[in-house]
Amino acid sequence: MLDLYGTSVSSRLLLGTARYPSPAILAEAVRASQADIVTVSLRRETAGSRTGGAFFELIRTLDVKVLPNTAGCHTVQEAVLTAKMAREVFATDWIKLEVIGNHDTLQPDVFALVEAARILTGEGFKVFPYTTDDLVVAERLLDAGCEVLMPWCAPIGSAMGPINLPALRSMRSHFPDVPLIVDAGVGRPSHAAIVMELGFDAVLLNTAVAGAGDPAAMAAAFTGAIEAGRTAFHAGMIEPRDMAVPSTPVIGKAVFS
Amino acid sequence: MKLTINGEDHQTDISVLSELLVSLKYEGDWLATAVNGELVHREDRPGFALNDLDRIEILSPMQGG
Repeated sequence: MLDLYGTSVSSRLLLGTARYPSPAILAEAVRASQADIVTVSLRRETAGSRTGGAFFELIRTLDVKVLPNTAGCHTVQEAVLTAKMAREVFATDWIKLEVIGNHDTLQPDVFALVEAARILTGEGFKVFPYTTDDLVVAERLLDAGCEVLMPWCAPIGSAMGPINLPALRSMRSHFPDVPLIVDAGVGRPSHAAIVMELGFDAVLLNTAVAGAGDPAAMAAAFTGAIEAGRTAFHAGMIEPRDMAVPSTPVIGKAVFS
Repeated sequence: MKLTINGEDHQTDISVLSELLVSLKYEGDWLATAVNGELVHREDRPGFALNDLDRIEILSPMQGG
C-alpha cells in the first residue's frame, strides 16, 4: 500500500482525466487502470452550461479519490486562488500544485512553486507539487510542508520517458522516506516500469493513456508495467556487466574432443 | 453597474452575487466563485454585495492531467 498524507491507496498509477475521445472512454480507462486517484481541474463555466456538472457526476460514479490540479497557473496568486476554489468544489484538501514558468517547456516555476506550497500548507492543504528533479528545490518543498514530491521525468506531454535517470536515482536515494511520484513525460509502459524499478512510489500520467488507440487497454498495460517495476525493485535486480557470463554452469561439461 | 464575468464585460443592476448567478442561469453545487481575486464561499454568496468594476470568476470542474 502507498501512504499519501495518511491515505492508503493500493494502485500506484494516478490517472489524468483529460484528452480522452469521450466521457465513456475516460470511464472505461479509469476502470481498466484500477486507479484509486484521478486528477481533475477547474475552468471558467459558461452561463447556462452544465458541462462541469456532467463531468463532476461522471467522476462521482467512478468511486475514486480526486486530486485537483492548478494547471495553467503562472503565478503564486493564481495557483493559491485556484487551489482554494478547487477545495470548495471538490471538497478535498489535496491539491496537485502546478505553477508553470515557461510556455514552451511547461517547466515549473520552482521559486513560485515553493512560495505557493508554503502558503497552501499553511492553510491546511495537502500539497502534491509538480516539480523538477532538482534536489535543492525538493528540499525547499519539504521545508514548506510538502510530504509528497512529484518530479517530472520529461516535459509534460512529451512522451519522452525518463531523460535524466541519474537525477531520478539521486532523488530516490536522497529522499528514501518521501513518497515520490513521477509526474509528466511518461509515454510508454516501459517508461513507467523503468522509474518504478528505480524505486519511485507511483506514476502520474494522462496523455499516454488518453491518446492511445485503445485507452482502456493502454491503462491496463500501464498498471501491469507499474506493478512489474515495483515488484522488480523489491526483488533486487542484478547489475549490468561489461562481459558475457554463461548462464548455464560449465562445471561437468562434457568434452568431446 | 459594470462587471467583468469570466473575462467578459457585463452590465447589470443586480448587486448580490447569488442573485447574479441565478439571473445568468449558473446553477449546481459544483461551482466555485471568486470576486477580485478572493474566494467567495458558496454559503457567503447570498450576502455578498457586488460593486462597480468587480471582477468575478465562476469556475466548474473539468478534465485535468
